[in-house]
Amino acid sequence: MATQIGRERLLAHFRTMARIRAFEETAERLYNEKRIPGFVHLSSGQEAIPAGVCANLAAEDRLTSTHRGHGHTIARGGDIQAMMLELFGRQGGSCGGKGGSMHIADMRIGMLGANGVVAAGLPIAVGAAHAAKLAGEPRVVACFFGDGAVNRGPFLESLNWAAVHRLPVLFVCEDNRWSATTPTRLTTAGPGIAARAEALGVPACAVDGNDVAAVDHLAGELVASVRAGSGPRLLLAATYRWSGHTSADAGAYRDPAEVARAKTDDPLRRAAQVLGGLGVAAAELAAIENDVAAELARAVEMAERAPFPDPAALYTDVQDIGAPTARVPA
Amino acid sequence: MSRMSFVEATRQALAAEMRRDGRIVVLGEDLGRGGVFQQYRGLQAEFGPARVVDTPISESAIMGVAVGAAMCGARPVVEMRYLDFTLCAVDELVNQAAKLRYMLGGQARVPMVVRQPIGLWANCAAQHSQSLEAWWVHVPGLVVLCPGDPADAGPMLAAAIRADDPVVLLEYKELFPAEGEVGDPTLPAEIGRARLVRPGHDLTLVAWGGSVREAAGAAELLAARGISAEVIDLRSLWPWDSAMVLASVARTGHLLVAQEATEVAGFGAEIAALVAEETGARVARIGAPRTPIPFSPALEAAYRVDAARIAARAAAFLARHR
Ligand SMILES: Cc1ncc(C[n+]2csc(CCOP(=O)(O)OP(=O)(O)O)c2C)c(N)n1
Ligand SMILES: [Mg+2]
Repeated sequence: MATQIGRERLLAHFRTMARIRAFEETAERLYNEKRIPGFVHLSSGQEAIPAGVCANLAAEDRLTSTHRGHGHTIARGGDIQAMMLELFGRQGGSCGGKGGSMHIADMRIGMLGANGVVAAGLPIAVGAAHAAKLAGEPRVVACFFGDGAVNRGPFLESLNWAAVHRLPVLFVCEDNRWSATTPTRLTTAGPGIAARAEALGVPACAVDGNDVAAVDHLAGELVASVRAGSGPRLLLAATYRWSGHTSADAGAYRDPAEVARAKTDDPLRRAAQVLGGLGVAAAELAAIENDVAAELARAVEMAERAPFPDPAALYTDVQDIGAPTARVPA
Repeated sequence: MSRMSFVEATRQALAAEMRRDGRIVVLGEDLGRGGVFQQYRGLQAEFGPARVVDTPISESAIMGVAVGAAMCGARPVVEMRYLDFTLCAVDELVNQAAKLRYMLGGQARVPMVVRQPIGLWANCAAQHSQSLEAWWVHVPGLVVLCPGDPADAGPMLAAAIRADDPVVLLEYKELFPAEGEVGDPTLPAEIGRARLVRPGHDLTLVAWGGSVREAAGAAELLAARGISAEVIDLRSLWPWDSAMVLASVARTGHLLVAQEATEVAGFGAEIAALVAEETGARVARIGAPRTPIPFSPALEAAYRVDAARIAARAAAFLARHR
């Protein structure tokens, strides 16, 4: 709360977070109305982390994400229209309709992909950083993952590798306290995620992940030091997952009081309060939220009218050598 | 006989086995909440969290711990959530569970069950939908079961638990809610026996898991065109009931194997090859194209091996060889 932040920068964060929130609420509604196929993993309540971290990335930087990845792509400046088309499985989607919500990627902005496999993004991020180092390119890689991912082997292997090679990776752990339907503390031993990182040679800092100014400030320092060659760093951001694990999960296994309490710590409302203190009128924030709502409404309308991919696309982009041929209609 | 869903039959079978044998322990993620398909609903309440263990998201440890425990007197049932996540534990399954008995000169056994929900379901795309049964059949030391009907769901799980070998149990996600007439779901099945789904005389159609419904649907479509297809549900992929398949093909003269998995190097190729070697009959396969599984329903429709595609393949095959 005490973090100093300029009015314009915080306003930009507010807009980013409002876009993520609106995207997630729209996706949830579309799922409930059976208008999109598959499931969506929503990040409502966690918006301040991608907003604060991605604001510190330069154009040439890269990032990896998780199954809960919409916010990372949006904060990085991803194309909301293309993302919406992907959720609908239509032509023009981020991945041409082949990936869906859980696999959105956008190489134009260095977004190497959401991922359906927990912790799979960590070694990929380390590899991206390793490639940058080999090429002598000054790129930083932001690697987002959840608190549940720290119990998979790739967490250990990736942090160790990044530290051994002093690679420019900022690991960002979004600690929302839940691993699907199980509280992470029940399956995780030891003195915590920061201590695990430190033991692997990766210095770690904790932050209130619902305070976008604090995330921005700390991520700024860490990205600068990683860029300067310090080797990897880990940012441990405390937050909460407002929705169920997937859109198909009402989250009924959680204490409603816990959820209600978490929702009072809303990163958007907190930013709005600070903005009020900086002289921003409530009407200005409402105008941003209206803009964003209109943007999402347009994206949905366009996506729902867009054509499905040509079935022939099933066979494209598999491989160059030995590519599959279309099955002959018998 | 009573009407019961596939998933309910597996719950009853597992609960009965756990009541019978205190050495059985279940290891997997989110089991206390019933698991992704509610296969474990109520089991932690009955047997406690020490026997129905909510594990960390640590697939290699889940599988490896089961191997060690199985070598030392426990009877682990491992839940992989989706077959696809078994790929995070392949060393433990293939290099350890499958081989240790042999490598140790028979000093130890590894009696464990690896449950893998398999196949297309709810547009979950390339990392949550694969059918990789051929990988497991290829590995010496593993038994591979794949029930295709609610009546077999419980008995095959019970048989897998009682086996002293490591058993991969492939459960088609789309079958979990399917209902059917079920006998006693807790009565262990005889491993290695196929099931005649529908008699016929022009063509033998062999399928397993989710493809059994599609093959049966194809037989209906073929019947309308005057073609009589015999449908066999293989149920057990290793060992598989070559006697029943060979006897059927001896009568029909034609074999078509239908699988949801990629056609290239799929398990269907093994069946077709053996039947051709043994009988000289005409053989054919149908499976998915060699592409990852797409998200978009439009692309998935082009991908899926459904009843219409099987029927079309069968008709073309017979037309060419009659
Ligand atoms: C290797 C693997 N195991 C299990 C799963 C199923 N799964 C998907 S998300 C999830 C929970 C992940 O928790 P966390 O890392 O904290 O991320 P969050 O969902 O809280 O954002 C699980 C178990 C998976 N996708 N991949
Ligand atoms: Mg979590």
